[in-house]
Amino acid sequence: MTALSLPAPLRSVLRAIALALFAFAIFGPLLNLLLWAFAERWYFPNKLPLEFGLTFWYRVFQPRGNALASLGTSVWIAVLTVALSLAVAVPAGYALGRLRLPWRSAILLLFLLPQAVPNLPVYVNIAQVFYQIGLNGTILGVVLVHASHGLVLAVWIASAAFASVDVSLEEASRNLGASPWTCFRTVTLPLAAPGLIASAIFVFLESLDEFTGTYFVGVPDVTTLPLLMFNASMGGNYQIASITALLLLIPSIGFMLVVERFLKADVLAMVGR
Amino acid sequence: MKAIATRNPIADRWVGLALLAPALAVILVFFVAPLAMSAVVAFRRKDGGLTLEHFAKSFDLYTTDLLFTLAIVLASTILIGLVAIAIAGYLTLGENPRAVAILRWLYRWPLFIPFVVAGQVMRTFLAKNGMLNHVLIGTGLIEPLSAQSLLDWRGIVVAFVWKQAPFVTLLLAGAMASIETQHIEAARNLGARRLRVLIDIILPQVRGTLLVGLVLSFVTMLSVLSVPLMINPNSPTMITVDVAYRINTFGDYAVANALCLLSLILAAGGAWFYLHHAVEKVERA
Repeated sequence: MTALSLPAPLRSVLRAIALALFAFAIFGPLLNLLLWAFAERWYFPNKLPLEFGLTFWYRVFQPRGNALASLGTSVWIAVLTVALSLAVAVPAGYALGRLRLPWRSAILLLFLLPQAVPNLPVYVNIAQVFYQIGLNGTILGVVLVHASHGLVLAVWIASAAFASVDVSLEEASRNLGASPWTCFRTVTLPLAAPGLIASAIFVFLESLDEFTGTYFVGVPDVTTLPLLMFNASMGGNYQIASITALLLLIPSIGFMLVVERFLKADVLAMVGR
Repeated sequence: MKAIATRNPIADRWVGLALLAPALAVILVFFVAPLAMSAVVAFRRKDGGLTLEHFAKSFDLYTTDLLFTLAIVLASTILIGLVAIAIAGYLTLGENPRAVAILRWLYRWPLFIPFVVAGQVMRTFLAKNGMLNHVLIGTGLIEPLSAQSLLDWRGIVVAFVWKQAPFVTLLLAGAMASIETQHIEAARNLGARRLRVLIDIILPQVRGTLLVGLVLSFVTMLSVLSVPLMINPNSPTMITVDVAYRINTFGDYAVANALCLLSLILAAGGAWFYLHHAVEKVERA
């Protein structure tokens, strides 16, 4: 790089400037959001809010406010989505990770479809069908949509997690007289648990953050947190939108900070194998 | 299960299929079937016959938006690639451990931030009264009068790159970390500059990973609805906004599905490439 030919102090200065610019690119938008969340009044051309306060926080968190209800709806949908996804993904992941199956790679690819194809047509048509059978605007309808998308990650990570469990440990337990079910319950499952927890967290987050599917299938009765945020933002209420956005950021950033603890390199190395 | 698995391949097969069946059913019913329905609805006349009128209408009304969508998503994909190469490259070749550590800590923040939040964040940050303009004015880079809102196609591209580049960087940095270091050290010892090493030695070895990450991002961005709705809802806009409009305003599922199929065709090139690579990877293992 050209920096190599520059004197060392100049190089450090340039490096510091580049890092500072990058930090601004990452945190500037988030900081702006934070300002909006605590702004009472703010309009052009003031650089900072004219008044800071918690009025909008009270409004968001008032006992009968929309936000708490939406938060409840979002979490409930996400929990149901995780339960449904894992209930079907754990057996499927075990089969794909452990058993010798015909068309194994074709099946893995099929589970990849929702990631490789734009989801819009799917949501549009599911919404139309759900509308006819009365599932539109119901929690179950939204959970089914979220689960069919979350399943992709769940199956892939679960199959990698099972594939990374050492077979000789299972054989040892079987040789000592454990039944297949006992062996699965006491050896395989605990060893695969970190990967399965990671996939559960992924599915939970994906459901919590999902917008497009809920937008089409959830109307008019199911308002999740992302939809509430969107409505507030489009209605010009930037404070409510920013506070709701902050609520959505907490789990996302929290997960970003701990993801590597759950998704160890040995599991990551098995993804897609 | 282990015993069955090792001794009896036929039973193995049936157990496997039984374990897979529920997951397969969910994907087929709630993903593949609606996708197939899209193709049917887009070509069906009211009386049930085949027609191309919905496509004619789509092109009539939305040709600009189709091109606009393609341009935005392509530009974003290219920028994401450049940003990811720059960051991952510095993480791999950087000589100042502290700078590398800071960069590694910094770049990931938007990784799991949902698109809808990225849209809201950029809606305030890039606005005329946003922090970007205030900082540019404060540092004297622009005059207060020339401050302008970036909430048009530029805003969409910024939001996409901000949200999606960390994902590709994560993949790419992982791939770069697993390259044999001897090649890099040999080239460095022979006096090659870092940029040369990055372009000539590292990039060719991680090309597959980079392309898979970019294609995934390309397809994902094609069907994001929230970001264009929040940043640039007026024409010309992205196809996803038009689809929502056809449905919410006219209940017009036929044209909506025709538009969806057209965006599927845009994605098809990318998706084909992606599957091609994924199959290669699975077969190699």
